[in-house]
Amino acid sequence: MNGVRKGYVRPLDLRQGRVDMTHGSGGRAMAQLIEELFTSRLGNAYLGQGNDAAVLPIPPGRLVMSTDAHVVSPLFFPGGDIGCLSVHGTINDVAVMGATPLYLAASFILEEGFPLGDLARIVESMAAAAGDAAVPVVTGDTKVVQKGMGDGVYITTTGVGVVAEGQELSGDRARPGDRIIVSGSIGEHGMAIMAQRESIGFAAPIVSDTAALHGLIAAMRASGAAIRALRDPTRGGVATTLNEIARQSGVGMMLQESALPVQAEVAAACEFLGLDPLYVANEGKLLAIVALEDADSLLAAMHAHPLGQRAALIGTVHRDAQHFVQMTTAFGGRRIVDWLTGEQLPRIC
Amino acid sequence: MCLALPCRVVELRPDDMAVIDMAGVGKEISLALVDDVVVGDYVIVHVGYALTRLDPDEADKTLALFAELGEAALQETTAG
Amino acid sequence: MRFIDEFRDGELARGLAAAIRQHARGDRDYHFMEFCGGHTHAISRYGVTDLLPGHVRMIHGPGCPVCVLPIGRIDMAIRLVREAGVTLCSYGDPMRVPASGGLSLLKAKAALGRAGVGGDIRMVYSGADALTLAQRNPQRQVVFFAIGFETTTPPTAVLIKQARALGLGNFSVLCCHVLTPSAIASILESPEVRQWGTVPLDGFIGPAHVSTIIGTRPYEFFAEEYRKPVVIAGFEPLDVMQAILMLIEQVNSGRAVVENEFSRAVTRDGNRKAQDLVAEVFELRRSFAWRGLGELPYSALRIRREFADFDAERRFAVGYEAVADHPACECGAILRGVKRPQECRIFGSVCTPENPIGSCMVSSEGACAAHYSFGRFTDLAEAP
Ligand code: SF4
Repeated sequence: MNGVRKGYVRPLDLRQGRVDMTHGSGGRAMAQLIEELFTSRLGNAYLGQGNDAAVLPIPPGRLVMSTDAHVVSPLFFPGGDIGCLSVHGTINDVAVMGATPLYLAASFILEEGFPLGDLARIVESMAAAAGDAAVPVVTGDTKVVQKGMGDGVYITTTGVGVVAEGQELSGDRARPGDRIIVSGSIGEHGMAIMAQRESIGFAAPIVSDTAALHGLIAAMRASGAAIRALRDPTRGGVATTLNEIARQSGVGMMLQESALPVQAEVAAACEFLGLDPLYVANEGKLLAIVALEDADSLLAAMHAHPLGQRAALIGTVHRDAQHFVQMTTAFGGRRIVDWLTGEQLPRIC
Repeated sequence: MCLALPCRVVELRPDDMAVIDMAGVGKEISLALVDDVVVGDYVIVHVGYALTRLDPDEADKTLALFAELGEAALQETTAG
Repeated sequence: MRFIDEFRDGELARGLAAAIRQHARGDRDYHFMEFCGGHTHAISRYGVTDLLPGHVRMIHGPGCPVCVLPIGRIDMAIRLVREAGVTLCSYGDPMRVPASGGLSLLKAKAALGRAGVGGDIRMVYSGADALTLAQRNPQRQVVFFAIGFETTTPPTAVLIKQARALGLGNFSVLCCHVLTPSAIASILESPEVRQWGTVPLDGFIGPAHVSTIIGTRPYEFFAEEYRKPVVIAGFEPLDVMQAILMLIEQVNSGRAVVENEFSRAVTRDGNRKAQDLVAEVFELRRSFAWRGLGELPYSALRIRREFADFDAERRFAVGYEAVADHPACECGAILRGVKRPQECRIFGSVCTPENPIGSCMVSSEGACAAHYSFGRFTDLAEAP
């Protein structure tokens, strides 16, 4: 009758198209969305099977599993977007346990009306991040919620990895005398996001540090240093993470303010808003607690890796029944570096 | 108190607005409270408004005074 | 950061610390109040106390416009949102201040209906953002929750004048601007301070940023009338140390005058242009309630009749209703320097930064919050 080829299905309109309720209804529109937008980009043998779950081989060792829900506003920010962020975040959570991350699962909550083009960009960024990290997304799910019930896209990723017997990294293993190392300059992710908020209106060349850290961690473990604990200081920043470790291990800590790596722009943006970089989120940094005698060799191994070039020794672990994290200020005094209270709100006074 | 910071004016804009820079961070602020600001001036900025100009010479004098007082005291301490 | 980093220099700090040790006489104590939360913050943030000799003590004053905001004023803001359905724009600071019924702006925001329906609460960095919001959403009533001392008042005056020039019918201001000198007067008038010996108070550090606007002149009265030295100081840690040194010298020589440490931006007369703007838009309130200090006469501003259209209190007929502070809270005594945070029965137990009961725990600059986050280890060190 007309010139339409047999079996032709009109492809998704990535320019003008938007997510609508049919994309979540389980019908053909949903199948098309999954195939054209997700599977084609994230493609790998497991996902390609098209089953409800992936059947996966696992190497010997103990299974490590972590899950993380990602919500971020704006969805696209300097240095990344919610797509790569959701890959990096979960890989890092698995990797800081000393495990080799193997597989990811991703589930999407899409808001009706969300542009398909933006969704495609996000999925592409996920695919690139997963590809670079060599950790495939092996299964996934999407749901659509009505307009006004979501913030564009939420992505939950779950990661699994394996860790060999005898590899024990845990936040309760810090001991007096240990050294504290941070893998690079702090506060970049949080300030990159904050600078984008309309009401703040900064023009600042601050780029999120979002990155997968398992390569750096592998290099650190290869150095043979006696690492007690690793942790990625995301929400709540370095201060909150160190307080968690201090409490878990029942120790105190003393930081050196002058040793903390902070980019000038991040420091300036923090000054403006009355925030403290110690409490601002990172997405591509880690904190390591290491035995005193191995601190130097670990630092050297970190410096040799692209993600650890600015790694720095920032403090020591000591005995303290109160589990305080304190800091010697560059000014010459001391202060407590307490848990974050509430949300970090920009201040005027 | 009032969180206010010295920032350098890098651009004047219409309607009493200006762009300031602090260590690479730029922001648009209002000059409605201060007259005759020129590019290169330092102003003290609070909630997006310049409160007043900062006098670089006075700032240097203050710092020099700190140094002088400190040195004298430290010398006396070692001497004593 | 030029004109910031230089004033945080550890080397210079050592020198000034030595000078303070040298000048502080061994046969007496020195008690100075830093009026402003900004100084409190600098002292704890940089560990200035560690550089001071033990007999030079700092008392944290009431100086944070958030800390002194009474419960009833937050209640008003919440009522505007809930009853009048306005979009309330607030700086970040007041969001966590406790209101009646276990509420705060943050909690009231969480309890709001779906976005776009009924009232709304937004956080802004500058009042100008509230004005822009009103321009973009002519169908919504936008109220700017204006708090702050003399520093924050002129920007609000500019906004109100802009709103009038633009003929904005959907923008108004809930004015809670308060005046620094009145609070100082109330502290000096309090019986504990007046009665010789109950509370030793040898001098004040005054806030530089307030004085960029009002100048140093308004403090001259205190120096004369109450025989207390005043030094107007900047908010970097070296500024604070220098101010302490200047106060010690005044005390030693029996002087009581106003001195200006922040000569880089403060003059005796202040910013005339800003003062004129404020006088054009605002007038004194006969009385205003301060959390912890109670009703203080002529201690706050309200919007003049000529600008009544932009006064949220007039537009929406929400009245102020006084609400008593928590009975165990010692904020009043702490603000007057009569007590220290650790002397409050519920400090650190019932009242914590996560769950503030009194005003001094709300803002990180409040005396109790500052002591909780930065100073607790000194308590432990002092404990026998
Ligand atoms: S600890 Fe809390 S209740 Fe006690 S005085 Fe301070 S703010 Fe008030």
